[in-house]
Amino acid sequence: MKIGVFVCHCGENIGRTVNCPEVSKACASFPGVVHSEDYKYMCSDPGQNLIKQAIREKHLDAVVVGSCSPHMHEKTFRKACASAGINSYMVEIANLREHCSWIHEDIAEATKKAIDLMRFAVERVKFNHPLQTIKVPVTKRSLVIGGGISGIQAALDIANAGFEVVLVEKEPSIGGHMSQLSETFPTLDCSQCILTPRMVEVYQHPKIKLLSYSEVENVEGFIGNFKVTIRRKAKSVKEELCTGCGLCAEKCPIKKKALSEFDEGLSNRSAIYVPFPQAVPNVPVIDRSVCTYFKTGKCEMCKKVCGREAIDFTQQDTFVTEDVGSIIVATGYKLYSIEKKPEESIYKGYGEYGYGKYKNVINGLQFERIASASGPTSGEILRPSDKTEPKKIVFIQCVGSRDESKGFSYCSKICCMYTAKHAMLYKHKVHDGEAYVFYMDIRSGGKNYEEFVRRAIEEDHVNYIRGRVSKIYEEDGKLIVKGEDTLAGLPVVIEADLVVLATAMIAQQEAPKLAQTLNISYDKYGYFQEAHPKLRPVETNTGGVFLAGACHSPRDIPESVAMASAAAAKSLVLFGADMLEREPIIAKVDESTCAGCFYCQKVCAYNAIEKKEIRDRQGNLKKVVAFVNSGLCQGCGTCNATCPSKSIELIGFNDDQIFAQINAFAEV
Amino acid sequence: MEEKFEPKIAAFVCNWCTYTGADLAGTSRLKQEANARLIRVPCTGRIDPVFIIKAFENGADGVLISGCHPGDCHYNAGNFHARRRWILFKNLLDFIGIDSSRLYFSWVSASEGKKWVDIVDGVIDAVRIKGPFKQYKKMNKEIEIPVAVEEGVSVK
Ligand SMILES: Cc1cc2nc3c(=O)[nH]c(=O)nc-3n(C[C@H](O)[C@H](O)[C@H](O)COP(=O)(O)OP(=O)(O)OC[C@H]3O[C@@H](n4cnc5c(N)ncnc54)[C@H](O)[C@@H]3O)c2cc1C
Ligand code: SF4
Ligand code: SF4
Repeated sequence: MKIGVFVCHCGENIGRTVNCPEVSKACASFPGVVHSEDYKYMCSDPGQNLIKQAIREKHLDAVVVGSCSPHMHEKTFRKACASAGINSYMVEIANLREHCSWIHEDIAEATKKAIDLMRFAVERVKFNHPLQTIKVPVTKRSLVIGGGISGIQAALDIANAGFEVVLVEKEPSIGGHMSQLSETFPTLDCSQCILTPRMVEVYQHPKIKLLSYSEVENVEGFIGNFKVTIRRKAKSVKEELCTGCGLCAEKCPIKKKALSEFDEGLSNRSAIYVPFPQAVPNVPVIDRSVCTYFKTGKCEMCKKVCGREAIDFTQQDTFVTEDVGSIIVATGYKLYSIEKKPEESIYKGYGEYGYGKYKNVINGLQFERIASASGPTSGEILRPSDKTEPKKIVFIQCVGSRDESKGFSYCSKICCMYTAKHAMLYKHKVHDGEAYVFYMDIRSGGKNYEEFVRRAIEEDHVNYIRGRVSKIYEEDGKLIVKGEDTLAGLPVVIEADLVVLATAMIAQQEAPKLAQTLNISYDKYGYFQEAHPKLRPVETNTGGVFLAGACHSPRDIPESVAMASAAAAKSLVLFGADMLEREPIIAKVDESTCAGCFYCQKVCAYNAIEKKEIRDRQGNLKKVVAFVNSGLCQGCGTCNATCPSKSIELIGFNDDQIFAQINAFAEV
Repeated sequence: MEEKFEPKIAAFVCNWCTYTGADLAGTSRLKQEANARLIRVPCTGRIDPVFIIKAFENGADGVLISGCHPGDCHYNAGNFHARRRWILFKNLLDFIGIDSSRLYFSWVSASEGKKWVDIVDGVIDAVRIKGPFKQYKKMNKEIEIPVAVEEGVSVK
């Protein structure tokens, strides 16, 4: 085999710490190497031409490039070699930049290591074989998980491009947090007014299949070819019969006993309910944990009043499977619960702020409900304890956020904005009221955002106090808020009627579980991880799975929508091709030695190993051997390491190739 | 009289997490010692115990295996199988005369460049204290029965 070696200086990035000419010289003496040279920029046009020229002139069979990480330019060099007539998989990359020149300082040491890395690659390439990429068809349908504004936007974009979408929402209605908001910064337009038309559009779209009250149970397959199992939770109502008249909820005797999730516990709902009047779909569900019939076997009031016979107490959870080519995750966020004992043990509570203890200490979403025309007070600002109008209101920013001791170090990003909005909405409704905001910094980056905050301060006369609140206690129906004005250097005491805490936006509790189902990563807070923080912000490390909205990090609506459209565009890029190319790194069985023990089958996480019968000419069964389904195999190689008789090999990473590298270690 | 001992470390790393984490260490210009040589495998599940024995046989003073965090494996469960295999394998190493404390494991994700540097430097320091691994030459002759070794560890 004739091997050509090419050492790149990467400008000065490699050349500064690695003596490239010396590496090239050392490589020239490796057995099998017939050509070795170094050049300033191998990936550039002239650099690639050097490689192509050498391939033609010296009739090379294989190429080793010493350059940046294979994750960066492996494709570039493979393509260049293919265009000069050698198979792409006869190319190996030695990582001389990320794994050598950038992390070492001593030139002699780095050069020695570079030579070792080149030797590993040269030894390995001797065992490479020409391979062809595998072509797989693309299922041109998308799954969108989560029906908040992000999921809605992504679903509509894909559907409007002409492709089918399955939208899965775990709650009875789509809409997400945006449906709970009163008015939105920085324009103060009514949230429901801009959202509900989109929700209806989703419902009526011929290309969108909406599965509400459903959750993704299992995901198999890979980019272009996912098989998704979805659990449809029992609504106890036959969706196809229900007309959404609402009679059942009206007559249900459990009127006052269940707290409304939509109103953040500030109002009550019945056992059979739709979360809010504009819900999509407008079909109720029975909350079996409070329903009298499910608890005692008696009642059936809803069934009696329903003229359509839509109530079905015997309904069970059902499962459906959907084939899709891409998945968009848009599961959003939740608010950090600041009671003393929060659900997540990684986060500590703020006992001193009295949330959960004093009725008039509420969080931001509760304030949204109070300020909303569709909320429990029909938009009048009334405090929860006695339904009176608060004359003094205190907002506290950064509750949880930017507080290492509570378990968070990040900034929730939107609280500065919504607190300014809340203070404004309050002042617009309670003209003689006084609003105070305790803040650490005001972060109002965004189009018209800084102007918005200034308006709150200058036009609506909201009092901004820089500093933290140390204690809140109740006295004669008032909340005594003690804090510090760090700019004036003075302690502050405010006798407030209502306190609103801008608590941190946090990841959904089930996010890590969903991440595992989808095989994507998440950060230490439970937010899903993008493939690259700058260049691939909506992709994940799993091909075909994209992210949108607040499930990735705290985001406001415009950012969520932009991200959703980006994720939709990424799906559409995928759908632009009929066939996808896949790396041919898959397992292969040697049927002559396979003993049929099927250890490989037990360790394969993708169920890619099947049983194959080998028969003689007369049709008599000779033996049963393992067989790799190349559509399912993901190329992890666990089977290869497990097989006792070495009868299954991972093409592209077989034993010969890896042992060649290990043996080359002898000369390190 | 004696030349300062510089250990040689063979590191088997998975492509998706640790290799990418090591790339990140590079992109962030995080300096580390130059004693480790990385061998890229798709997944830690691919690592055959024989690789490790072979690495020692070829002069490694320490072997480091690093992959995705449990539960984050790019390949669903590959690293889980790897983990199970190692538990059995460590005992076996001692049995055949390789000091199993020279074998190190870590989980380094694609975003943990700094952690990778700390681990590499930590392993190098630890092996430097242990001193050179001399048994390998003797072993070279003894270990010519890899198949039996594999059967011993792949049984579930
Ligand atoms: C108090 C407050 C005020 C705000 N005010 C504004 C404002 O004025 N302007 C602005 O731009 N932004 C505002 N925001 C931010 C806004 O709420 C978010 O930007 C927006 O809701 C993010 O949308 P999303 O679709 O990504 O997430 P979400 O709205 O959280 O929607 C996620 C959806 O996914 C569903 N879901 C979750 N998990 C699953 C699962 N496993 N399976 C299926 N479905 C699932 C949920 O039920 C939900 O319907 C405010 C936020 C708060 C807390
Ligand atoms: S059966 Fe349950 S849901 Fe129906 S009316 Fe009675 S309590 Fe309400
Ligand atoms: S390489 Fe083997 S274990 Fe891994 S997915 Fe393919 S068949 Fe399954």
